Amino acid sequence: MNYSLLSVPSVSRNVWTVWLRNADVFRKTWKVNLIPPFIEPFLYLLALGFGLGGFVGEIGGTSYIVFIAPAIVAISIMNSAFFECTYGSYVRMYYGKTFDAIIATPVSLEEVIAGELLWGSTKSVIYTTLMFPVLILFGVLSLPSSFLLIPFSFLGGLLFACIAMCFTSVTPSIDALNYPSFLFITPMLLFSGTFFPLSVLPAGLQVFANVILPLTPVVNICRGMTFATFPSVLVFNLVWILVVTALLYVVSINLMKRRLII
Amino acid sequence: MEPVIAAVDLKKTYGSFTAVDSIEFSVFPGEVFGFLGPNGAGKTTTMKMIMCASPKTSGSLTVFGRDVDRNPREIKAMIGVVPQETNLDTEFTTHDNLLVYSRYFGIPKKMAEERILELLDFVQLAEKKDVNIEKLSGGMKRRLLLARALVNQPKLLILDEPTIGLDPQARHLIWEKLKLLSSQGNTIVLTTHYLEEAERLCDRLVIMDNGKILVEGKPADLVRENLGSGIVEAESSPDVIACLEGMGIVYEVTGDTVQVVTDNPRDVAARLLSGCNAKRVLARVSTLEDVFLKLTGRGLKE
Repeated sequence: MNYSLLSVPSVSRNVWTVWLRNADVFRKTWKVNLIPPFIEPFLYLLALGFGLGGFVGEIGGTSYIVFIAPAIVAISIMNSAFFECTYGSYVRMYYGKTFDAIIATPVSLEEVIAGELLWGSTKSVIYTTLMFPVLILFGVLSLPSSFLLIPFSFLGGLLFACIAMCFTSVTPSIDALNYPSFLFITPMLLFSGTFFPLSVLPAGLQVFANVILPLTPVVNICRGMTFATFPSVLVFNLVWILVVTALLYVVSINLMKRRLII
Repeated sequence: MEPVIAAVDLKKTYGSFTAVDSIEFSVFPGEVFGFLGPNGAGKTTTMKMIMCASPKTSGSLTVFGRDVDRNPREIKAMIGVVPQETNLDTEFTTHDNLLVYSRYFGIPKKMAEERILELLDFVQLAEKKDVNIEKLSGGMKRRLLLARALVNQPKLLILDEPTIGLDPQARHLIWEKLKLLSSQGNTIVLTTHYLEEAERLCDRLVIMDNGKILVEGKPADLVRENLGSGIVEAESSPDVIACLEGMGIVYEVTGDTVQVVTDNPRDVAARLLSGCNAKRVLARVSTLEDVFLKLTGRGLKE
């Protein structure tokens, strides 16, 4: 059967039963799930903020540790949703046959995938929330504007969940998911205005980072929130995220239908 | 009587490969209906079309009078599925597996909890209620899958190889449960390549091969129509074969055994023993397995 990649999926409240299933699994295994979001910002802030920051000094009038703090949040938003909807979803789809079990009920495949995407974004929200105490402890957040990071994590997470699901829908095996992880996620983690301002890059790369790399607008918006300054470019960044997320939400679900409904 | 499932000219192709080739069948309320066939016959593909998991290529297929393409959600709400592969949630307990599954059907929690206790009792897993399913044996997992398929009180139960890989005790327990469900008026459709299973459980069955239905009928009728009532086997020594030919008896050689299909096994056996000097003679009634092998051939299906 042929599906257009742009046909709008029809989803009902059933999506939440899929989301709830994943949330239940997360709760059962919370002891292993809750440690990384505490440790990760701690390591980054310590090594890069204090270690490297001592040599860097200030960037545009802010200390280095304050400069990278929003990037650490943005990277966590990216990673938690991306890895949940690549490796996590793939394991549920291929090894656990969980999707097969669910679509034997009134829940449709569109709803299963939408539930997976929403769960991926929810993980971004959970991890951002868990990082908060550590970041506040380091005194690197402007309050209260930084609290916007929590709702924003959902949108940023959904963006990366949808990107991830596109890769999952076409990957021939779980090992092949290493390609987007190393060739897409890792470069983004370095070249999206995370650890140095994009203005130091050649003009061409700057445009690439601003218009193509999905992490750049997420970093920019996070930085606006932690600095409590909102330049007008953030409107462009927000619109970019909304448009790309909406598009990839539709495309990723159709790609998964193409893979699984045969 | 309105059929529960009605397939007319049902076809499923994958590229140039035809998995199900224009088959036609009807399943009626209260029946236990079997799909038999070697690997790759098209049984599982047919099940997947019935449960709206795989779209048909052409033909018509209705379940409870509803079209599988147009009303999958309504159909799926009324059926229970036991898949071939165990796809339980490994992170959850026995009880939680059923609770999570009930949510997909929109069953209110209080009602689901009552139903779960009944079902765990029914499949004899009540004392494993709070055990993580990774600690269950293969037979227990299959029983839990059966319970899971019943959470929505389905009007039609679909089982794909329900007892595959189970020991005899576990198989008999599943059979017992299916017979009980059948006696309560449930319609059951199952695939199997265990002929004994089909003979014991099915009111009616079809034998499939290469995507086609070869025969359809009651197990006993199929045996009677396709074979004589009995089969006599002896070793396939040159002496025995020469002797059979001398008596003008039709036989078939498979490996080291010669088989004679007959309505009078006693007589043939006696003649083989006395006249042909056969050392190893076995007279028995024909079974569905004999019909199956006759129709689908003895070649290995892979």
